[in-house]
Amino acid sequence: MRKDKILVIIGGLLLLGVFAYPLWKITLVAPQYPEPLGLNIHINKLSDGVQFNDVNNIDLLNHYVGMHHLPSEDNVAKGVIEPFHEFTYMPIIVGIMIALGILFGVLGKRKLYLLWIGLISILGTLGMYDFYSWLQKYGGELDPNAILKMTDPNTGEVLAYNPPIFGYKQLLNFEVYSYPAGAVYFIVGAVILIALAWLLAPKQKN
Amino acid sequence: MKSIFKPLFSVVTASMLIASCGGAPTLGEKSKSNSGALSSGAAEKVYVKPGDHDEYYAFVSGGFSGQLAVYGLPSGRLFKVIPVFSQDPEKAYGYNEETKPMLNTSHGFIPWGDSHHPDMSQTNGELDGRWVFINENNTPRVARISLETFETEEILEIPNSAGNHSSTFVTENTEYIVCGTRFAVPTPQRDMPISEMKGNFKGSLSFVKVDPEDGNMNIAFQIRMPGYNFDLAHPGRDKSHGWMFFTSYNTEEANTLLEVNASQNDKDYIAAINWKKIEEYIANGVGKMEAAKYAHNTWDDDAHTATSVMEKEVLIIEPKDVPGAIFFLPTPKSPHGVDVDPTGEYIIGNGKLAAAMTVHSFSKMIKAIEDKAFDGEAYGIPVLSFEAINYGTLDQPGLGPLHTEFDTRGNAYTTFFISSEVVKWNVKDLTVLDRHPVYYSVGHLMIPGGNSRKPYDKYLLAMNKITKDRYLPTGPEVCQSAQLFDISGEKLELLLDFPTIGEPHYAAGCPADLIAPKSKKIYRLEDNTHKYVVKTEADARVERNGNEVHIYMTMIRSHFAPDNIEGIKVGDKVYFHVTNLEQDYDVPHGISMIGANTSELLIMPGRTETFIWYPKQVGVWPFYCTDFCSALHQEMQGYIRVSPKGSNVPLTYTLDDEVPGDEENL
Repeated sequence: MRKDKILVIIGGLLLLGVFAYPLWKITLVAPQYPEPLGLNIHINKLSDGVQFNDVNNIDLLNHYVGMHHLPSEDNVAKGVIEPFHEFTYMPIIVGIMIALGILFGVLGKRKLYLLWIGLISILGTLGMYDFYSWLQKYGGELDPNAILKMTDPNTGEVLAYNPPIFGYKQLLNFEVYSYPAGAVYFIVGAVILIALAWLLAPKQKN
Repeated sequence: MKSIFKPLFSVVTASMLIASCGGAPTLGEKSKSNSGALSSGAAEKVYVKPGDHDEYYAFVSGGFSGQLAVYGLPSGRLFKVIPVFSQDPEKAYGYNEETKPMLNTSHGFIPWGDSHHPDMSQTNGELDGRWVFINENNTPRVARISLETFETEEILEIPNSAGNHSSTFVTENTEYIVCGTRFAVPTPQRDMPISEMKGNFKGSLSFVKVDPEDGNMNIAFQIRMPGYNFDLAHPGRDKSHGWMFFTSYNTEEANTLLEVNASQNDKDYIAAINWKKIEEYIANGVGKMEAAKYAHNTWDDDAHTATSVMEKEVLIIEPKDVPGAIFFLPTPKSPHGVDVDPTGEYIIGNGKLAAAMTVHSFSKMIKAIEDKAFDGEAYGIPVLSFEAINYGTLDQPGLGPLHTEFDTRGNAYTTFFISSEVVKWNVKDLTVLDRHPVYYSVGHLMIPGGNSRKPYDKYLLAMNKITKDRYLPTGPEVCQSAQLFDISGEKLELLLDFPTIGEPHYAAGCPADLIAPKSKKIYRLEDNTHKYVVKTEADARVERNGNEVHIYMTMIRSHFAPDNIEGIKVGDKVYFHVTNLEQDYDVPHGISMIGANTSELLIMPGRTETFIWYPKQVGVWPFYCTDFCSALHQEMQGYIRVSPKGSNVPLTYTLDDEVPGDEENL
């Protein structure tokens, strides 16, 4: 079997890691939280990032400033927040990309490899944009009856609490860190393998 | 303890002055300086910088407070007082409905105890950091405390005993803890003249079996010994594992003015008990079940509710039925502590009225038993010949030796109550190596693991009965204290004084890393099986059953659900069943109700507790969170409307004007 074909199939299968590891991790440190709170964002759910019950504990703190509830399984079950639809269709999309990876590998067409990379890049960009919008909505749409209503001392505007999409940001007493997690490395790995396959694959005559 | 020694103190001090005039060199050194920790470096050695952790835990008995205090060493900082035998309104121990059964006894509910000798569980003769056991002297009991939750999990009353002093003292694999009787009593109890004590009173020695899995305690057997006062105990170690040694005083069997009448015999006895042999006898049918009445109080951690069961019988062993298992080792003179070194060879009698330490040899004792080197018998129990068992005597090390602990280098450290000092001596050579004064009149001392096969011999904690001028005065009652020594070098170096709660008797200590990593942070709500738990706000409710009202309430930052209740009437009996829904570390909530005739509840995350309130006056009455839980702690409050008896106000309960659960209020 051709090396490039194998690489593409392995690349496609690498995306299985997306189901095993979180995509993103947000970590919150505060004087009262020397052991930080953590929020893992998976393809299909939220999970505790550092210790047991972190998701609920972050949710509990967020209510002081009037943020939306997190779309955790507990909160959805309680009916306090709409389910996050991405958690339903994102796994399907990833599943399709895995299937396409295998299919394209079997077909062994160079153009299809490029197509796969193109597709995943577009999906990744859309995913990041979606994530960014959610962070904006989550941190910006505040309950007018919030317990703590903080304003920016310079502008007088109501403070928003959207966490950074990448890197560090101070939000009140919390230092918030936001970085890609395990699943992202699987995606990057898949892209590298399939790009490599594209380089190795024999050029076809049309 | 104090009462025994105070008169003696003045008498012996006088005689010591006379002895000093005659030039007793061993006692002269100590008066040089009473300033203690002046040598450079002491401050650095005890300084634990802010945010750093101590190297050792010390579990120090609270004496007549009935509790157990948890300190850090070397800093001497107090972390927690674990309520054991006394009520503690701060933690609702003995006040809330869950813990009240822990303090039940055959005499009914007892709010106080006198805790004495903590000891830590062991595996293969080494500390394993699972449980601390501690005894209660006044109403004989022993308790087991979890070192994951730092809570009392079990209390077992000891029948046929009085003054449970020679306790707890854990064997090498935590097979047993023991309970000796300090005040001989008629056994079983009966109405008889006190003056007929001699020969009629008994001193029971109880062996309490500890379940290796869950730690549950049961009295395996009681040996019905002669009516001496059994004072302290120590299990054999290593080669002497399988034996337990008890000191006795008042072998005179005096029933009055014991300070004189119990101090007449030249020698009293250390009782040597071969418990492994007794186990064999029991397996062969020796022993008799006798009626007894004693409370056994156990704690279900998932339901976090105690149950008190009244036990009905106990297995009695008569010494005459177990030949070859019990011997007396004659020891001068009213020995207080008996201590066995880490190798198990040396059995040290701290003869409190003698100015000498008696060292018996375990191997010589075994040989004396084989050779039948007896020097008569007492109530049918063979008394071994002193010469046959004695390894040697350390003469004139100090006055009033009470207790000894050991290091890993063959040295013993003994406290001297009357001459108020700790003396370091070599057991094998019987030579004094160093001495250091303590302030004042030391009782027990503790080296972490110092009574096990593996002492952690860096620090020594001396626990003092008298402090006089050592601290700022606080009226006639001043604190008792502990003093920390560095024993890693050749000389004892005094590092630190710190006050203690109640009266520190014995203590148990261990390296922090044996316990800290497994210390529990929260209780999982999902594991909560309390009878009145509510796991979500939606289930919070109020139910009336006749004049009994049950409030199923939840607490989470920063509100109660429900927080407005109406329809309560004067004459009702109102149960608050309150669940802390938090699942975050160090977020307890408290609750109390104006006019409640009980303590607050202090509820840890994931737990449910109950108190009862009897509304007596019409009106609207508040309740609130008593533990500063969050930024909105001051807002964590609620109201109960109390209407006259027979009123028609309907029973309602709300949060934010809704019945909890009808709509989410967050």
